[in-house]
Amino acid sequence: MGSKNFEGGAYDVAIIGAGVCGANIARRLSQYELKVILLDKEADVSFGTSKANSGIVHGGFHHSPKYLKARLEVQGALMFDRLHRELGFPFRRCGIVVAALHEDEMRVVDQLYRQGVENGVIGIEMCSRERMLELEPKLNPDTVGGLYAPAGGIVEPYRFVFSLVESAQRNGVEVRTSFKAERAEREGDLWRIRAEDGASLSARYVVNAAGLFADEVSRAFGAEDYTIRARKGEYYLLDRMTRARPDRVVFPVPTSVSKGMLVVPTVEGTVLIGPTAEMTDDKSDTATTRERLEMILGNARAMIPAISENDVITSFAGQRPVLEEDFHIEPSGKVPAFIHVAGIQSPGLTASPAIGEYVKDLLKEAGLRLVEKPGYDPVLPDRPRMFDIDHYQADALVARDPAYGNIVCRCEKVSEAEIVAAIRAGHTTLDGIKYFTRAQMGRCQGGFCTYKILKILMRETGMSWDRITKRGGGSELLSGRL
Amino acid sequence: MRELSYDAAVIGGGAAGMAAALEIRAAGLSCVVLEREEHLGGILLQCVHNGFGLIEFDEELSGPEFAERMEEKFRASGADAYLGVTVMDVEDPGDRKVLFGYSAEHGILRVSVRAVVLAMGCRERNRGNIRIPGARPAGVYTAGLAQRLVNMEGYLPGKDVVIIGSGDIGLIMARRMSWAGARVHGVVEILPYPSGLTRNIVQCLHDFGIPLYLSHLTSGIFGGDRVESVEIAPIEDGAVRFEKAFRIPCDTVLLSVGLVPENELSKKMGVELNPMTNGPWTDSMMMTNVPGIFAAGNVLHVHDLVDYVAEEARRAGAACARWIRGERPGRELRVKAGPNVRYAAPCRVGPEAPNKLYLRTLIVKNDAVLEVRLDNRVIQSRKKPHVQPSEMISVTLDPKDLADAGPDSTIEIAIL
Repeated sequence: MGSKNFEGGAYDVAIIGAGVCGANIARRLSQYELKVILLDKEADVSFGTSKANSGIVHGGFHHSPKYLKARLEVQGALMFDRLHRELGFPFRRCGIVVAALHEDEMRVVDQLYRQGVENGVIGIEMCSRERMLELEPKLNPDTVGGLYAPAGGIVEPYRFVFSLVESAQRNGVEVRTSFKAERAEREGDLWRIRAEDGASLSARYVVNAAGLFADEVSRAFGAEDYTIRARKGEYYLLDRMTRARPDRVVFPVPTSVSKGMLVVPTVEGTVLIGPTAEMTDDKSDTATTRERLEMILGNARAMIPAISENDVITSFAGQRPVLEEDFHIEPSGKVPAFIHVAGIQSPGLTASPAIGEYVKDLLKEAGLRLVEKPGYDPVLPDRPRMFDIDHYQADALVARDPAYGNIVCRCEKVSEAEIVAAIRAGHTTLDGIKYFTRAQMGRCQGGFCTYKILKILMRETGMSWDRITKRGGGSELLSGRL
Repeated sequence: MRELSYDAAVIGGGAAGMAAALEIRAAGLSCVVLEREEHLGGILLQCVHNGFGLIEFDEELSGPEFAERMEEKFRASGADAYLGVTVMDVEDPGDRKVLFGYSAEHGILRVSVRAVVLAMGCRERNRGNIRIPGARPAGVYTAGLAQRLVNMEGYLPGKDVVIIGSGDIGLIMARRMSWAGARVHGVVEILPYPSGLTRNIVQCLHDFGIPLYLSHLTSGIFGGDRVESVEIAPIEDGAVRFEKAFRIPCDTVLLSVGLVPENELSKKMGVELNPMTNGPWTDSMMMTNVPGIFAAGNVLHVHDLVDYVAEEARRAGAACARWIRGERPGRELRVKAGPNVRYAAPCRVGPEAPNKLYLRTLIVKNDAVLEVRLDNRVIQSRKKPHVQPSEMISVTLDPKDLADAGPDSTIEIAIL
């Protein structure tokens, strides 16, 4: 993405980090007459914490009202319906249940309920055993009661980010991937930001939404010195054919450190179980471990006994950026025109639309002039997916573009036309195409379609075989030509 | 939407699909094969090694040669084939079945038929299925995908290779990668015996000096952007000895950890599967529990040789044709997997005609005995010099042995 040179003067705002926070901030700012650039060190957007998380729009009852994150969670959750209408990413309010398996857990459930009411959550209710089993028949029959948050929901996190970024781009935001902001200095009223590879650009305001690496970015700008630590979460993904798919997101009763491991009926029909929570010193460590994965299966089965290891199609891990108990969103007290958006762990995805709004206001307070852009268009054009349509709609679509009839990924029903659309939207790694289209994400995990995608990628981009990567960097797929 | 009408449709144009179609045409019925790739032949096309055709063609052929011979017969039979068509759905409104095939060339095809033969083959189990922990670098491929990349696309997926699982495709790829200039550092098998055919162990590993680590668990895959090593741990007396784990440096991992019949479409149609094979339960006419839907080849159970696939599919095609003409299964006897037998297919037979069954054993044994019992009475006993799970065993039941079977009689097959 973004092969452009940075000619034509300074940017008003440079956002460092194209995860869910950076993407929301960029799209929010795209409504104004501003020159905005969104930067990321990875080969594609959403390749950090935002790609490997539970994909939950939370219920607003997990955090005390004294925290900023509780406020932003409730506000953010309310913004999803409109965003979904405008951007079309997969989202559904399926509801959340918290299942108590012992009588003593009901005390915590009661506390969550009161917290939710205090936070202003709509529709939250305490449930008897019978009500819980009515809401979610697959629950362990030993459930003693629980909590129900009907407005909680599920979202596909990377497609949420992709659609935000695409919308921002359509409204004038520039995106530059493979740009690792390494150094910065003041040049008059501007920040001069230099990348690892020597490229540089200047901007009046900088937003540090660099997730796990927000500490490094902060230091590069001479701003506050803090340390982001990584807390790893491992997950299992189950086939959509599983009989264990619940209707709602199922949470255990949380402990003091974590919301616990959940069972998520993903918006695409599979089931996600996890995450674990384990501090790690290595921010690039997304390895899964045998012990933790066994623990996930055990925990998930305690809530939904029908979960079987035979349904597992893959496992993965993500990392949460941990700074302090609350989100750290504020202007630097040390350097000018620099805003920290750091330590955004759960419920960061839920809060992210509200974070976009909040950061926009912080920039305004810091002196950024916001003038609405007359041509701003919040709506993304509909992008058809073979998975979602019936045979007659499919027939009409194939008549328009035959590439819709060529099913490349049989497990997730993804056509050649959808792969091409992903590539044209700037997703030119195998993982980028996977997150955009779901091809390679199903039960065969790319066994049948990888070589087809390779060929389409080479044809569409003109890249040679040795430049095709899984996710950029040194992740080349092929090592020789025969 | 383009409408087509035939007596029968075959889903999948590999060896099984073509063989089934041949028999349907031989019975004078019209037949169409729907194939998702642009060529008939299925996975045979990437199996450029020899060892196919000794039964079907009485000579040793490579995979593509076998496919070509089959295709010649298929073309001569007058059956139709639509290529580049993925069947997404089968509706069963009553008298006829309606298939929806997606294609770039033809748009959506609506194919109306009286019967369907499932011949979709199988897919490879992958890393997630066997839950190998560790990082997620580039360079992890299923052996079949690597075979496709090397043999058909002309790319080498990596240079320093470890193969996990000793299935036949993995063994063949050990040899193929060596020929292509890669170094294969080992084949890791969790069981105490190989999962592939003995001839492949000899010809693909021993002849190339590639170590085979039996009774070793793969405990992790490591690497950043690209694979850097694989960690394996020995299994001793049934326990994994993690303290003895060691890493093998490599840039590529190929997985050959089993095949699964591809029955997602079948399940959508209401076809019930045998959990031992992951393929449909079939009766004496190779018909599934859904009337008019037949199954053969690797979609029914995973075979070791394509010749057996073709033989089985011929029977399924012929039975499908008889069914269309009105024949229904007569009296049937249940076939039960007895001691040391994982499964036998089909699981019901008609006692009036000869029946061929394929089975797999659960054990490795020399000087074994295959025993067929009818209600606890031995009706057939055969010496088997050597049996192992990777080698399929066939047995033919003689109608005269089944003559005094009663209505509730059961046939049990055992390996002793």
